[in-house]
Amino acid sequence: MLEKKTITCVACPKGCEITVEHDGDEIIDIMGNACPQGADYAKEEIIAKTRILPTTVRVKNGALPLCPVKTTKQIPLELMDQAMNKIGKKEVEAPLKVGQVIIKNLLDTGADVVATRDLPAN
Amino acid sequence: MIKIKKDVVVIGGGPAGLAAAAKVYDNGIKDVMLLERDFELGGILPQCIHNGFGLHHFGEELTGPEYSQRFENKVEERDIEVKLDTMVLDVTADKKVFAMNKDQGAMEIQAKAVILAMGCRERTAGAIGIPGTRPAGVLTAGTAQRFTNIEGYVPGKKVVILGSGDIGLIMARRMRLEGADVKAVCEILPYTGGLTRNVVQCLEDYDIPLMLNHTVTKIIGNDRLEAVEITEVDENMKPIPETSEIVEADTLLLSVGLIPENELSKKADVVLDDRTGGPIVNEGRETNIDGIFACGNVLHVHDLVDWVTEESEIAGEWTAKYVKGDYKRSEQKMNVKAGENVAYVIPQSIELDAEDRKRIPLYMRVDKPLQAVDIILYADGEKLYSFSEPFAKPGEMISVPLAQKTLDDLDEVSEIRVDIIEKEEE
Repeated sequence: MLEKKTITCVACPKGCEITVEHDGDEIIDIMGNACPQGADYAKEEIIAKTRILPTTVRVKNGALPLCPVKTTKQIPLELMDQAMNKIGKKEVEAPLKVGQVIIKNLLDTGADVVATRDLPAN
Repeated sequence: MIKIKKDVVVIGGGPAGLAAAAKVYDNGIKDVMLLERDFELGGILPQCIHNGFGLHHFGEELTGPEYSQRFENKVEERDIEVKLDTMVLDVTADKKVFAMNKDQGAMEIQAKAVILAMGCRERTAGAIGIPGTRPAGVLTAGTAQRFTNIEGYVPGKKVVILGSGDIGLIMARRMRLEGADVKAVCEILPYTGGLTRNVVQCLEDYDIPLMLNHTVTKIIGNDRLEAVEITEVDENMKPIPETSEIVEADTLLLSVGLIPENELSKKADVVLDDRTGGPIVNEGRETNIDGIFACGNVLHVHDLVDWVTEESEIAGEWTAKYVKGDYKRSEQKMNVKAGENVAYVIPQSIELDAEDRKRIPLYMRVDKPLQAVDIILYADGEKLYSFSEPFAKPGEMISVPLAQKTLDDLDEVSEIRVDIIEKEEE
């Protein structure tokens, strides 16, 4: 069935309103995007939503009890709760460096979980 | 009391202070001191662990801590004197900065120029006066963000958020991901105050309802919050009593606006703008006091840190010029005025003689959201030029470049005005 959906692009803060015409997973037309990233984004929004997951991980002996982390690439939206569970069970030892890998290949997504700041030991 | 002399003192080590200090240094003034009251640099960024920072400035998407780290590194690589855990108590119009910390006690720092970069703080429950009791569990979204992301405590399990500012939207997702039941985000206005991308990624992704034209009319609970009363409002923002519903909640987060923190500015006789809550500045971000500059959220509340960086680098550049004696305010001052549907424009005046300048970015926000707009600039009432944008939203700052060439062609103009109006049908 042919459907039309309007999506607000979040590839950048500009927030283009993109209209996608699609038949199930088949994309017929994409309109209103100011750049190619917008077209890619709109396509993904129809077929499978993916997002970066930023969260925190517990730290032993750190200057702070938590270190902020993120996935190195977008992971499927429906995996967020599972991903949070997995990251929530992890504890790491300070000091940490920005970019340091905390969990490799999270839930077989191909994305690593990395520290997003330097965190000195206590 | 220790007495110190410095070329430039920067007050505040958040994104504004960091970018300004590095820029002053890079423009040849090396005697720079940066004062920060926290135990580390970065300001609010270390607790903004979400992604979405840096798309304009770095052309890549970073989290708050990563964005901050880049500028912390920049300051560290330069020979800038950073004092942490240091509280500034007073600033005078003749640029004496009084500060103190545990190691050195009280200090009097005589500066040639001062950059105000103290940021802003959140409006609290007291500022909006919600009726009802005063139980635990009512806190600002930023406080909840600090508890959750820095200190390791999730402040509640059943959450209602009042106000759809960006921090409220971000915290809706954050608390949902940490296992809380986020019941709704209430917004008294008919539109959100946050970025569209945050409405999509934080609310729509997790099916969290955004209740526009709704507000919290009662807080219920003794020791701990037990419930809130949510009521629809009419077009005059007056609650419609028959629409009230009681929603069980142990936590109410407030995301109801930010206020530039200008207590120190006032002590230095800096004149503030009623609309922005920050100092009135010229295009170099210099206040009414010679040699006292302001940038970042102390000047006006920004939606994106990228704009804070851009503005702070402008302030840093002109501060260096000031110390070197490279400019003076010109005799003819051009006022920049917010016209139709424009809430404010920064800078409020253009008065500096500058060589090799190509353009002056004018930062502004609209009063109400509009689809398909014309942004029109006038010089003393005469139309200069205009251009179109697909939409304008109060939550999203608009940057309009004013070309130096245009300025050069203007003779004896005393006012530039900007209107942002609905586009006329062609």
